[in-house]
Amino acid sequence: MTTSKDAPLRNPLARARGLGSARSGFQHWRTLRVTALALIPLTIWFVIAVIAHLGAPLPELRAWIGHPINAALFILFIAIGLHHGAHGMTEVYEDYIHGHHAKLIADLATKGAALFLGAAMIVSVLEIAIPG
Amino acid sequence: MSASEAGPQKRPRPLSPHLQIYRPEISSVLSVFHRGTGMVLTLGTLLLGWWVIAAAVGPDAYETAQRFLGSWLGLPMLFGWSVALFYHLCSGIRHLLWDAGWGYDLATMQKTGYAVLIGTGVLTLLAWIAGLVAW
Repeated sequence: MTTSKDAPLRNPLARARGLGSARSGFQHWRTLRVTALALIPLTIWFVIAVIAHLGAPLPELRAWIGHPINAALFILFIAIGLHHGAHGMTEVYEDYIHGHHAKLIADLATKGAALFLGAAMIVSVLEIAIPG
Repeated sequence: MSASEAGPQKRPRPLSPHLQIYRPEISSVLSVFHRGTGMVLTLGTLLLGWWVIAAAVGPDAYETAQRFLGSWLGLPMLFGWSVALFYHLCSGIRHLLWDAGWGYDLATMQKTGYAVLIGTGVLTLLAWIAGLVAW
C-alpha cells in the first residue's frame, strides 16, 4: 500500500525498507495454475506422441515434428512446461533458501537456464519444421 | 531456570513437532512427493532438451542421444522421469481440484490421495507396455 492515501497509516521506515506485501503474489500463484491446466492436455499428447515414435529413425521423427500442428504443440509443451517448472522452482527456493543473495542467484539462474533451454529447443523444432 | 540445577543431562527436545514426531500420512507424503517430482521433472527436461536439439543437429548427434537414452544409465533415468511425470500430473489435478474448492474433507482427501497413487501406477504401466510394444 504505497499510494499517498494509505501512506500515513504505514510506518515510514517499513515503507522505505520495502516491507509488507509484494503485491504480485497472486499473479505468481495464478501463473502456476494456468500453466498447469494447459499442461494437462499437452502432457497427454506428448506422452502418446513419444511412445508412438520410440526408436523411430531420424527422418521419420523429423517428418513428424515437421508437421505444423505437431511442431506447434511441441513448442507449446516446451515453453509452457519450462515456464511452469521455473515458477515451481521459485517456490522451492523461497521455502528452503534463506539467504537473500543465495535465493536471488538461484532464482535468476533457474529462470535463465529455462529461457536458454526453451530458446534452444524451440529453435531446434523450427529448424526441423521449416524446410530449407 | 535456577543456576543451581545440576543432575543428569536432559535429552534435547524438539522445539515443535517435526519429522521425528509425526507419522507419515497420505497428505504429507503425497505433498512432499509432488514437490520432489516437480524438481525431478525440471531437471529431466535437460535430457529432453538434449534429445530435441540432437534431432535438429543431425543423425550423429541424434544417434548419440538415442544410444544414451537406451543405455543402462539412460533407461532408468527415463523410467524415473516418466514415473515423476505421471505422479506430478495426477497429484497436480488433485491440487487443481482443491484450488477449485473441492475435496478438502478428510475422507475425500484420503480417497483422492490413493487415487493419485493408483493412477500413477496405471499410467506408468500402460505407457511402458505400450512403449515396449511399439519398440
